[in-house]
Amino acid sequence: MAAQTQTLAAPGERIKPQTKEIWRTFWILLVATAIEFIIAFTFAHGLFRISIFLGLTVIKAFYIVGNFMHLRHETKGLIWAIIIPTVFVMWAIAVFLTEGTAIHAVR
Amino acid sequence: MATATATPTVNRSPWRGGIEPMSASYGKLMMWFFLLSDAFTFSALLITYGLERFSSKAYTGTIEAYEFSQAYWPVPEKVFNALPFLHGFDIPLVFVGIMTFVLILSSVTMVLAVEAGHRMDRADVEKWMLWTIVGGAAFLGCQAWEWSHFITGTEAGGKLIDGTIFHGANLVHNQYGPPLFADLFFFITGFHGMHVTSGVLLNFLVFYNASQGVYERRGHYEMVEKVGLYWHFVDLVWVFVFTFFYLI
Repeated sequence: MAAQTQTLAAPGERIKPQTKEIWRTFWILLVATAIEFIIAFTFAHGLFRISIFLGLTVIKAFYIVGNFMHLRHETKGLIWAIIIPTVFVMWAIAVFLTEGTAIHAVR
Repeated sequence: MATATATPTVNRSPWRGGIEPMSASYGKLMMWFFLLSDAFTFSALLITYGLERFSSKAYTGTIEAYEFSQAYWPVPEKVFNALPFLHGFDIPLVFVGIMTFVLILSSVTMVLAVEAGHRMDRADVEKWMLWTIVGGAAFLGCQAWEWSHFITGTEAGGKLIDGTIFHGANLVHNQYGPPLFADLFFFITGFHGMHVTSGVLLNFLVFYNASQGVYERRGHYEMVEKVGLYWHFVDLVWVFVFTFFYLI
């Protein structure tokens, strides 16, 4: 983000805020949430609906972590140090949802 | 060593100190790793919800004919369908949508405070921190209402397994469906609400320090950034709670 450059103001001087990128991210998040809302009221329950929700959630997570938490502009090492461990979460989701389905079958 | 050269070379090895690993300060790096561990905790809670939901019976009838029952997992839009001052109307998900909007907005004001910190603009940092605190407090207020509504329940109530009518929910009984649904609601939104609460406290601390000129004297506003990371994470978790608890 160009807005995040480390510029120091001389005493008494005021640098103009650079917030274009921030508000752009805000609108993306808002529109994604609005789409989720519209879909919640118009689409029938099913796999298609769930996959849209999941896709939009991942998009929102990407913009929050990337732009708001600034991870996109950190070093590659830090980015991977945060992203790679979430593989364990993906694994846990796969395992426990499979397990849930199995429990449902024997109940 | 006999063949040692006399030319002094500057040792730039990363192990010699003086270099920040991954070009991030100690505090920021540790905040990232704390948030990663916190993400695991929230994942565990949400995955537990998924497991319970997948192993329970799902409601298969039409939405119009839906009624609360212990036999199947509740449909969230039929549980969370109330709005303050509009008692008795079926307005699914609007209230939680407002809460999501409030939290996203407070995340924006937080990032604006961070941006102001980069410019060393004390007045702007104070202004945006204050708005972030207002947003966090508004969210907590909404959650308090949501909880009290969930606990109080509807006039009609719902049948428990033994046939008695019960209104609302606690950790043992739940009019909306299986007790586990209420338990997970209390645990997941409660744990998130606790994070919001401590986030508001931290935000207030940063606001207070900024207004006292602590960061100006220090020469940088990195503390705003670090607390900002935490605050955005709380927003991020809510995005997932919103999807998995309320939408799907």
